[in-house]
Amino acid sequence: MTFTLDAALAARRFEVSLSLAPGETVAVLGPNGAGKSTLLSVVAGLLRPDTGRAEVNGRVLFELGPSVHTWTAPHRRGTALLAQDPLLFPHLSALENVAFGPRSAGIPTREARETARHWLTEVDATDLADRRPGELSGGQAQRVAAARALAVNPEILLLDEPLSALDIHAAPLLRRLLKRVLAGRRAIIVTHDVLDAYMLADRVIVMEEGRITEDGPTRDVLRRPRSRFAAGLAGLNLVAGTVTSAGIRSAEGLEFAGQHDAPLVPGQAGVAAFPPSAVSVFLSEAHGSPRNSFRVTVTDVEPHGDQIRVRAGELSADVTPAASADLGLAPGLEVYFVVKAAAVSIYPA
Amino acid sequence: MRIRRRRDSAYNGIPRWVMAMAAVGALLVLLPLAAMLGRVNWPQFIPLITSESSLTALGLSLRTAAASTVLCVVFGVPLALVLARGDFPGQRLLRSFVLLPLVLPPVVGGIALLYAFGRQGLLGQSLEIAGIQIAFTTTAVVLAQTFVALPFLVVSLEGALRSAGSRYEAVAATLGARPTTVLRRVTLPLVLPGLASGAVLSFARSLGEFGATLTFAGSLQGVTRTLPLEIYLQRETDADAAVALSLLLVIVAVVVVGLSYRGPAPAGSVSRTARPGAPWRVAA
Amino acid sequence: MRPALRAAAALAAGVLAAGLAGCAARPGDAGDAGKTVTVFAAASLKAPFTALAEQFEAAHPGTTVTLSFAGSSDLATQISQGAPADVFASADANTMARLSGAGLVEGPPRDFASNVLTIAVPPGNPASIASFADLARPGVRTVICAAQVPCGAAAKAVGQGAGVTLKPVSEESSVTDVLGKVASGEADAGLVYVTDVLAARDKVQEVPFPGAEQAVNTYPIAAVRTAKHKEHAAAFIEAVLGPDGQQFLRGAGFGTP
Repeated sequence: MTFTLDAALAARRFEVSLSLAPGETVAVLGPNGAGKSTLLSVVAGLLRPDTGRAEVNGRVLFELGPSVHTWTAPHRRGTALLAQDPLLFPHLSALENVAFGPRSAGIPTREARETARHWLTEVDATDLADRRPGELSGGQAQRVAAARALAVNPEILLLDEPLSALDIHAAPLLRRLLKRVLAGRRAIIVTHDVLDAYMLADRVIVMEEGRITEDGPTRDVLRRPRSRFAAGLAGLNLVAGTVTSAGIRSAEGLEFAGQHDAPLVPGQAGVAAFPPSAVSVFLSEAHGSPRNSFRVTVTDVEPHGDQIRVRAGELSADVTPAASADLGLAPGLEVYFVVKAAAVSIYPA
Repeated sequence: MRIRRRRDSAYNGIPRWVMAMAAVGALLVLLPLAAMLGRVNWPQFIPLITSESSLTALGLSLRTAAASTVLCVVFGVPLALVLARGDFPGQRLLRSFVLLPLVLPPVVGGIALLYAFGRQGLLGQSLEIAGIQIAFTTTAVVLAQTFVALPFLVVSLEGALRSAGSRYEAVAATLGARPTTVLRRVTLPLVLPGLASGAVLSFARSLGEFGATLTFAGSLQGVTRTLPLEIYLQRETDADAAVALSLLLVIVAVVVVGLSYRGPAPAGSVSRTARPGAPWRVAA
Repeated sequence: MRPALRAAAALAAGVLAAGLAGCAARPGDAGDAGKTVTVFAAASLKAPFTALAEQFEAAHPGTTVTLSFAGSSDLATQISQGAPADVFASADANTMARLSGAGLVEGPPRDFASNVLTIAVPPGNPASIASFADLARPGVRTVICAAQVPCGAAAKAVGQGAGVTLKPVSEESSVTDVLGKVASGEADAGLVYVTDVLAARDKVQEVPFPGAEQAVNTYPIAAVRTAKHKEHAAAFIEAVLGPDGQQFLRGAGFGTP
């Protein structure tokens, strides 16, 4: 364990204990006000906890106790922040923005610019180098901001909902880019999108009311949620598999056709995501179409709001109570789940 | 039929009676200036403003106003930063006191300066022993001008700092920039327009300083007699010269302020306060 | 102009006029207009004229004397702009000449008092000023009036008469400012009028010098042409020139004209 954190801040009812292995990316999920941003602030040194201790690679970031008082200023911590807003310095060009970190570290201007060019290339933004932030689209600006954070080669990269301000065309592109650059990098990513957690993180922690209520590998947390918040998230159907020309083929051989913004490269890994409300339940294979129609065995039937949630292994469907009674749904019954392709989102990994 | 080109057809919601009151307010400012224009002895205008004493006074005014503007920037920028970004007991009190010269009659400022830097004053006695004399020197003029002009810079810059928010600074710090680097490369460039308009206002206020200078610095041609003091003196004997110099001061002020003061930020650029838990986020 | 705009302009003018009228409380309007004398007098005359006015009111029952003290030059400007003064008492002949030259006063002005310069020093006389020549000693901070105002012209004349070239640290635009600089100890010495030193005797000391008579400042008085109450104005002027008035002036340090 090379990053450990124990921190308590009474005024925010915040008490967290967390550790990250080298190269591990952790997604932080949780409702608004749960303390997700406070966690990032404490790690970055922008907020001082009452007590606690944090160290990275044997270097103490802070140690605050009755008799000890060690505090490392934010600029000496080796944490870089990528926020929801790109927050590019408006008076500097994209290149100078990315060179800002290296230059602050004392690297000569020329060398710093070379580093900046390298990272702009990494985020496919070489052609934006001379533009001012005001001349960039939201997606372009966030790519440059990502390059700026990466250019300081941070010990821990902190991401605060980096995709939530982007439109649906820009988000998948940046998500793929983050997936690439976060590989093998230690990072904490605060997100409200379970898909981000699924695709970018090795591990998920769920925070509620200032405390960590769940911690574990992403798939485990989403499959067997113990907290109410994770349970809510887990409602989304997520099917991992291999990208085909039309969508995703799961390990069990099920074909999911759907909508996608990024071009699909067959053979790649990917995810299909769709809400239970988009799934219809039939007793027989009525439409004869092999696509998006799956023969499954009902494992569980439970009320979910004013609907009935029908679970079949990893998939779930929401039907009205009347339909549920008509169909006589009960565990063990064999049914067909049919999903409209328009409701399925395909994300190549 | 006349066709009026409207610059903006958007609804502005200003009642007509408010416009009428605004017209009265504008008249109150413009009418005296227009009346003064009517009293200018135009054939003699150029000789009057280019007399030796006038030029000396104008030169002294420009030099001292420039010097006090520099002092305002040197001390006003740190003050504005501390007031806008700091969080310490007595902050509100400090702000009130720094802004006090805005509402004090200048002559009160002059008396206060006298008791601080005068010969018998708090610091003056020590300075006198050290061989430094402030009263009756150009230094005294600069001090008096700085005293009255400093709040203009602080108010203007503090406002700019508050509306810029500290989100960029937080990000810059996490990128490894030391506080001084953040100030130099992020904070100051971001608030440059506010700093510029604050400096211009300070310069204009310094240029017009009269009461504190008269009380504290005295009046001697080329040393302490700035343009306003020269106008006051000329008024005793030569009304034409006083009016001509007044007009000159108005012109200089209008040029300086008009050229560089951009006014307050337009509506819509609301103050962006960072959320306490996450300084890079806008408070909801 | 559109009707709305014209109405707005009229309203603006009306509000402005009403506002200004509300602020303008004229001294002459107060009380019984037929029995009020408004006197504009140089600031240095405050003490003797206040005392005289009280006596005048006692001697002329039902008559009110309204006094307005300011710099002679300011008062002359106000009168030429139509201020409702009945009597004008100036601290120098030039200022009075400006008004009489413009035909704004009745008849030739009459001199009623004189004033001479003296040296004022802070209590204790820190710079040990003993003579007029000491004012020009290196290191002595002397403050005088600017040549544009009467006390400055007098200072210049006295200096020339004594053969001393003054190098003042400041040339103030009023004698009050000179006195202030001396009283606060900023200046080592200042040239002011004898009457000023007498009025501020707890704040400054006097160092008399021979030759002060070389620049005697005479004070003229005259009735204003537009005076509403000419007999009262004439009566007040007679009182100033009469024995009682002269006695008050002598008491304040003024000399005979």
